[in-house]
Amino acid sequence: MGQIQLNQVTKSFGAVQVIPPLDLTIEDGEFTVFVGPSGCGKSTLLRLIAGLEDVTSGHIAIDGKDATEVPPAKRGLAMVFQSYALYPHMSVRKNIAFPMKMAKIDQAEQDRRIEAAAKALNLTDYLDRRPGQLSGGQRQRVAIGRAIVREPSAFLFDEPLSNLDAALRVGMRLEISELHERLKTTMVYVTHDQVEAMTMADKIVVLQAGVIEQVGSPLELYNRPCNRFVAGFIGSPRMNFMEGTEAAKHGAHAIGFRPEHLKISVTEGQWKAKVGVAEHLGSDTFLYVHPEKGGETMTVRVDGEFTARHGDIVYLTPIAEKIHRFAADGLRIE
Amino acid sequence: MARSVTNQRKIINTAAAWAIGLLIFFPILWTILTSFKTEAQAISDPPVFLAFDWTLENYSVVMERSDYGRFLWNSIVIAGGSTILGIIIAIPAAWSMAFVPSKRTKDILLWMLSTKMLPAVGVLYPIYLIFIRMGLLDTKIALVVVLMLINLPIIVWMLYTYFKEIPGEILEAARMDGATLREEILYVLTPMAIPGIASTLLLNVILAWNEAFWTLNLTAAQAAPLTAFIASYSSPEGLFYAKLSAASTMAIAPILILGWFSQKQLVSGLTFGAVK
Repeated sequence: MGQIQLNQVTKSFGAVQVIPPLDLTIEDGEFTVFVGPSGCGKSTLLRLIAGLEDVTSGHIAIDGKDATEVPPAKRGLAMVFQSYALYPHMSVRKNIAFPMKMAKIDQAEQDRRIEAAAKALNLTDYLDRRPGQLSGGQRQRVAIGRAIVREPSAFLFDEPLSNLDAALRVGMRLEISELHERLKTTMVYVTHDQVEAMTMADKIVVLQAGVIEQVGSPLELYNRPCNRFVAGFIGSPRMNFMEGTEAAKHGAHAIGFRPEHLKISVTEGQWKAKVGVAEHLGSDTFLYVHPEKGGETMTVRVDGEFTARHGDIVYLTPIAEKIHRFAADGLRIE
Repeated sequence: MARSVTNQRKIINTAAAWAIGLLIFFPILWTILTSFKTEAQAISDPPVFLAFDWTLENYSVVMERSDYGRFLWNSIVIAGGSTILGIIIAIPAAWSMAFVPSKRTKDILLWMLSTKMLPAVGVLYPIYLIFIRMGLLDTKIALVVVLMLINLPIIVWMLYTYFKEIPGEILEAARMDGATLREEILYVLTPMAIPGIASTLLLNVILAWNEAFWTLNLTAAQAAPLTAFIASYSSPEGLFYAKLSAASTMAIAPILILGWFSQKQLVSGLTFGAVK
């Protein structure tokens, strides 16, 4: 079991309210990702769930029981920190054993769980090393191992991959997803990287300035963003926006269309534009083009085979049914 | 060219460092040399540096006349006891200041340090009277408590600066792992701060060992440590320089040896946070 409910939770630091009243339910077994720009309150929210910060008002329930006043140790949650937060004076084995030692689990059971975790995380050969002798990825695996052996009702991850290099990040992302598939335990994951959010989550919670902008599955958020902020934040490269007469034609204050929803041609189309930068990724190419009649630079996703150079003239046509419309207050128009 | 200037600089700096070092060490060296002279040589004018008849007579007289072992034991109990007691009290204090600071934490730290600015003699009278009433005068317990209180601000300050360097996330991880506050301090914070705690211990043992005001004023025969042992050989007329020097050498030898072997630890402790 690992259902987490936040009920009218607020958090203030002094006079500054970083989380205005907020309601959220994280279902048992769900992989929920909190995503948002720096300073949006996502880590604070996670720390409130963990009990590392006290709520200013409101209630947090874990498995239906009020946990608002329960200290972190008694909430039955395990947390993986951005900095790994391993105990530098202990071996890997002792790091992993620490929560079990605190829970006074007998030695034989401790050994069994350590062996199992080490095997699952490829740490068997490193059990007697100190954290200082491990690479970043190995350290993060130790931190995950330390969380697993507690057999928590939910895992909390606070930007666990942001200290790793790009290649390792992709690998660890898969490992965490596989871990979730295997354990089926609730996971709450904080990241500012929307790619991580899209690839890992069952449910994404998009936050801005402590306010939940939208909650939904990755594809729901991608296909039906409820406002302009979510539309711009989810998806990489980001959505193109256009205001003014073009938007008015669609009865909106602004229209948005994703880079892959623009048809490109060298001969004809709705808008004439000049190619600025072309990013060749192999399978795809991202073209950053400047519309002839001014406005923001637009991003177009084209096939890797498409050749266009700086200064080339191209014609763009948005796919009509893929256009998102937004009102002046930023909300989606259905 | 640049290289030769650097070398010249190096030589000058090294020479200056040695000169200053010798200047600071000279009184101790002179005391040690004097302890091997006869009383007549000790006060001879011009003074003799090395060309004298080396003798151990002063040491044998001092050993015969006073119970060095008892003074030494008292010093060990008082310096060690006050330091250990101070550490036990200071660790939780420094923990709270470093990891759950309040708005007034900096003020409290400064206020604690300000108590060191008060001349000790200012509170001698009340403390003396309190200890008489409590029957604690001339007891080791009294000195352990007084010296602990005197050095507590320094112990808290030193531990505070060490603890500040420990990432708070590690302690939070311990909390998430189910550690109580006591377990968090005992199993995670303290082992990680061992180098800092060791240099704090060392410095405070030295401070307590050398403390003379309270040890002389609050003791008579029973609890007198080595400072009192030295004082018993000083006389206003200065007639027993050689014996006084022998007593001083015997009093400072243990702490000098301790300091010598733990130089590295001490230096790193005192300059901690100076760089980086």
